[in-house]
Amino acid sequence: MINKIVDGTKQAVADIKDGATVMLGGFGSSGAPFNLVQAVLEQGARQLTIICNSVSQVAPLIENKRVVKLIASFPVWVIRSRTNPIEEQVAAGEIVLEMVPQGTLAERIRTGGAGIPAFYTPTGVGTELERGKEKRIIDGREYLLERALRADVALVKAYKGDRMGNLVYHTTARNYNPIIATAANLTIAEVEEIVDVGQLDPESIVTPGIFVDRVVKVPKRLSW
Amino acid sequence: MTEGLSKELIALRIIQELGEGMYVNLGIGLPSLVSQFIPEDLEVVLHAENGVLGYGPVTEQQVDSELVNAGLRPVGLKPGASFFHHADSFTMIRGGHLDLSVLGGYQVSEKGDLANWKTTEEKVGAVGGAMDLIYGVKKVIVAMQHTAPSGESRIVKKCTYPLTGKEVVNMIITNLAVIDVTPEGLLLREIAPGVSVTDVQAVTEPTFIVSSDLKEMQLGT
Repeated sequence: MINKIVDGTKQAVADIKDGATVMLGGFGSSGAPFNLVQAVLEQGARQLTIICNSVSQVAPLIENKRVVKLIASFPVWVIRSRTNPIEEQVAAGEIVLEMVPQGTLAERIRTGGAGIPAFYTPTGVGTELERGKEKRIIDGREYLLERALRADVALVKAYKGDRMGNLVYHTTARNYNPIIATAANLTIAEVEEIVDVGQLDPESIVTPGIFVDRVVKVPKRLSW
Repeated sequence: MTEGLSKELIALRIIQELGEGMYVNLGIGLPSLVSQFIPEDLEVVLHAENGVLGYGPVTEQQVDSELVNAGLRPVGLKPGASFFHHADSFTMIRGGHLDLSVLGGYQVSEKGDLANWKTTEEKVGAVGGAMDLIYGVKKVIVAMQHTAPSGESRIVKKCTYPLTGKEVVNMIITNLAVIDVTPEGLLLREIAPGVSVTDVQAVTEPTFIVSSDLKEMQLGT
């Protein structure tokens, strides 16, 4: 019998290794997998490459210096503190920051899950983010070549899931979660509710279970 | 010199650019104020890059902290709203499905170059969806204060801040003026009440073409 349900977040993240590349969902707090990130923090994995929209989703990992590379679209430190750890750690060479336009980030993740190694986009042409990238003219217009992104682990926040890994989401907490679920070798989803298989209407399932490896029920948590 | 329009009045002027049935993306900051002034009898569909079409105002009692717009502000839903993931959201943007994008700006050049994601003082900056929102969208309006807090013009011959995109802006609406970006140069179409053409030109680096049809900004709805 297929059963992807795991007993707790500790067990769910136990085999994340040092040096792993980890993708996370979340736009601000909305759709961020707070429980799984907490578990990764406690598990101690370090030298992580993090792929996510912004910073609040992984603030404790950055504060505890577990991150060596951050691939993000909006790395603004919104949590009130005296210092900005992102700027500090980037200046000190402790974190390498790769800034990616949001649509490019989303498409790099989508193609990573879709088996497409690279694609052309007009986004970023004529800006400093085009540096080091191949350009091509297609039908008279300039495009940048962007590579797909994949990860060792994807930490997904969903609303409900079943034992087959089917997932549905809640409002704008959806955001990156369905695409990161496709683009990692190990996809772990934290959900507020586990439902019996068959209860989720096939018309409404947003992430078919084929993409998901582990499902863990967690308390609803919307902040650090 | 008069300060011109308040942010709310700039937002009201932007409402005049909305048409029935338009799909519109409002950027964070000043552009997001526009959503508060959309008249009841004008059906436009607001797109938020983080995955909702058809958002609208929300009362405090109805706030769902997971349901937010791109500025992380709680929003409500209009009838016919829908949710989708990030790749689909940028399909809507980059794929040419939006009618209008209203963005904030640090600088706009006389050719319509836009700088709005990083100042020269910032070490890191934050691009977000800005570089995508300028492509594919049928019309780009930049809504911003005419001058920086230092008094420097934000409408410049050439942007000194890192670019978001080249030759992407169609229209600029500030606290002082409404300006079209044309191949011939910046066309000054409207000025704020209490503001003269000389006033506006004094705080704008490139020289305007003054429209033969120059008017005062009308803000009555």
